[in-house]
Amino acid sequence: MSRIHVHTAINGEPAEFLCDGHQTLLGALRDELGLTGTKEGCATGDCGACSVIVDGRLVPACLVLAAEAEGREIGTIEGVATDDALHPLQKQFLEHAALQCGVCTPGFIVAARALLEANPNATEEEIRLGLAGNLCRCTGYDKIVRAVMDAAVEMRNAVR
Amino acid sequence: MSEQTFTTVGTRPIRHDGVDKVTGRANYGADISLPRMLHGVVLRSPHAHARILSIDTTRARSMPGVKAVVTGRDIPLVQAKLAMGEAALDLRDMGDNLLAHDKALYHGHAVAAVAATSLDVADQAARQIVVTYEVLRPVLSIEQATARNAPILHEGLKTIGRPTIETKGPTNIAGKLELKLGDVERGFTEADVVIEREFRTPTVHQGYIEPHACVAQTGEDGRATVWTTTQGPFVVRDACAGILGMDAARIKVIPTEIGGGFGGKIPVYLEPLAIVLSRKAQRPVKLVMSREDDFRASGPTSATVIRMKLGAKRDGTLTAASTSLWYEAGAYKGSPFGAGAMCVLACYRIPNFFIESYDVVVNKPKVAAYRAPGSPMAAFAIESVMDELAETLAVDPIAIRLKNAVVEGDRAPYGPSYGPIGLKQVLVAAAAHPHWKAPLADSQGRGVACGFWFNAGMSSSATVTLNADGSASLVTGNPDIGGTRVAQAMMVAEELGIEVDRVRPCVGDTDSAGFTDVTGGSRVCYATGAAVIQAARDVKDQLRARAAKIWDVQPDAVGWNNGCALPPGAAADRQPLSLTELAPQMAKTGGPIVGRAAVNLPMAGPGFAIHICDLEVDRGTGKSKVVRYTALQDVGRAVHPGFVEGQMQGGAAQGIGWALNEEYIFDENGVMENAGFLDYRMPVTSDLPMIDTVIVEVANPLHPYGVRGVGEVPIVPPLAAVANAMHAVTGVRFTRLPLSPPRVLEGLVAAG
Repeated sequence: MSRIHVHTAINGEPAEFLCDGHQTLLGALRDELGLTGTKEGCATGDCGACSVIVDGRLVPACLVLAAEAEGREIGTIEGVATDDALHPLQKQFLEHAALQCGVCTPGFIVAARALLEANPNATEEEIRLGLAGNLCRCTGYDKIVRAVMDAAVEMRNAVR
Repeated sequence: MSEQTFTTVGTRPIRHDGVDKVTGRANYGADISLPRMLHGVVLRSPHAHARILSIDTTRARSMPGVKAVVTGRDIPLVQAKLAMGEAALDLRDMGDNLLAHDKALYHGHAVAAVAATSLDVADQAARQIVVTYEVLRPVLSIEQATARNAPILHEGLKTIGRPTIETKGPTNIAGKLELKLGDVERGFTEADVVIEREFRTPTVHQGYIEPHACVAQTGEDGRATVWTTTQGPFVVRDACAGILGMDAARIKVIPTEIGGGFGGKIPVYLEPLAIVLSRKAQRPVKLVMSREDDFRASGPTSATVIRMKLGAKRDGTLTAASTSLWYEAGAYKGSPFGAGAMCVLACYRIPNFFIESYDVVVNKPKVAAYRAPGSPMAAFAIESVMDELAETLAVDPIAIRLKNAVVEGDRAPYGPSYGPIGLKQVLVAAAAHPHWKAPLADSQGRGVACGFWFNAGMSSSATVTLNADGSASLVTGNPDIGGTRVAQAMMVAEELGIEVDRVRPCVGDTDSAGFTDVTGGSRVCYATGAAVIQAARDVKDQLRARAAKIWDVQPDAVGWNNGCALPPGAAADRQPLSLTELAPQMAKTGGPIVGRAAVNLPMAGPGFAIHICDLEVDRGTGKSKVVRYTALQDVGRAVHPGFVEGQMQGGAAQGIGWALNEEYIFDENGVMENAGFLDYRMPVTSDLPMIDTVIVEVANPLHPYGVRGVGEVPIVPPLAAVANAMHAVTGVRFTRLPLSPPRVLEGLVAAG
């Protein structure tokens, strides 16, 4: 069985890997590239733990074929912090104790960043609807929503 | 206990493992990979109840890339139990659950496993295993299990009971517990109002986001190392050792970060299989459950049928209670029927009661612990009837609870007298909370309910090592599910008078940490916390001894305050020696300073909560939404209030899910029809409002700081709080969960 050679860019750096035709992007990130920050919670697109960005669009990596990454720009949790600083969302999740077990956290941060970049002034309701595809079983979402709202303020202030 | 003042306790420092967890660097169960690692696949029964006539693995074993195949024959059935606090895990049942031996007892029961060079090969090989079944009629409810001529799951099963004796003949009733006080008949004749109802709750799952996963590596010498996502590395080690007949010293369990557990990651499902596969293949083996497997073959908690009869005087004083609780155990004995019996009336002073509780085996996955096991269902029954009592007597629902609430010195229904407890305090706080008096829209209603949980003690160890620069490292044995590393580091910081950032808390493996019971039972900050404080005080005592040596005085004469050894009167000319001055001199003053402690503590003294729920209901569709929610709870002492609030909010959200949507839906063959997150509907962000919290602190005298435990109580009240709110809006008393739109609509139509 011959494998497919995929050329892509991950978090701004060129990357290539071999994958099977039926392998998901989630599988390739984790098993071929060692990027295990993207988590598998369900493999059916229902929990958001594997949220990644493909060409600017938020998707569950478990529902994308690895071969579809050819020529595209992929963003994962490993690329959210810059070389010297955490992203405001990461800082606010820590400040608010918005993670308990932490396994859903990478997906939430990737999804929340996409949400706030598209809608910097998102209201609580917009945040709740925008993150409804990400399951958290530990927190009851209260501190997550507050962390995202405070990160939005920080991000708006940084732009100003 | 006198009022204590704290420097670090009560603050909200950032957790030490936080940066790894927000950047994706933290390694969870499925993130572990080793060189030459094989991938395993488990073949599962397509029948809920079937005798296994034969298993032919010939074709699978001959496939290229297949390195090992195991069946029930590879897992010995040992007649032994593994002690866990006061409970015990039956290793025979656990072994039979790992891989079915004679019978498959639920849909999804493991029957064989394959390890191969890739997941694809393992999957294809598993499909080549030929299992011949004789399909049997499944038992899928309490009624079916206890019917005359019911199919029997286990031929040799006997009803173990206190105080009843073992029954004769085949049965599906594995256990019975009775508790009684006073004269129940007379109690009901003294009552002005008697209310009797039957309640039903479905099978529900813990629903942690990270499925079960492990990697095992067995060496040529037979020693094994297991990386696994677990609440109890020592339970995994001792269960594997017991089932596989190995010395515990030949197994090392390294707990990975854990993506939620809620009780569901205490049993072993994969680890012994991975060890046996690895032993056969002489290569590391990784096993990961799919979400579907996780639903079908791990967890869940019991479906229940609970009959509740309660009598009260016109002024609301309770006179008698009689209750019959039936808990499904799943395929093997061991539901939380005993805890349910002990919890059900624990909030109230009732002079006459009779409680009977049953443990019933059915052809569903064996239940595992789930956050305050057994208590939420029991609370759904009693708190719904309390609500109806208040309504019938036209009394305020908080007032009737206050009138009957247990206080210090009252006897718990399970025997001992309560120490300092906080039920009255949380009730008073609820009555005074703005939420309780806030106006409601026409489509909205408000409900309240109380909750009780014991809060476990059990065994814990801790080691604190002082570093030469005055910082400290801390090793304990509890996987950190929700911020326990930082809470423990705060205790060390508090004792040593250093900053919490100067303490490095580490979750040890079974070789590096002293024996420690599970992360569960709301016990980590209480029991392991007590060990941590004791170990830090050990360090402090050693530092005092070093200062005494320097000053040439008796160690007992040296005091300690705010991170400094204080000179006694005999050395009054000396300056106090701070920890940071003493630490660099360790080698010269006697060698390394390592504090250690190992404790075994009784139950913490129970936690009580009350929740207030506002529900909005669409009468046209039956759809409802929680629009405001407040959780009030006595936690003893909140070490890190941020994570304490998080436990209260998370527990409330899980309970709301249980109340409104979550349930296993089985077809008539016992096949779960909704084994995925799309159809097993857990609450999502847009389902919930902010969850307000009120932390009440009635210090627990058994812990140096008064910690009582927090994690479990908050899942107890929501079932009834939501149902009572539903009644307040609709006027319909719903006694069967979940209150999903079709069921609510049905109830509304039936009520006209």
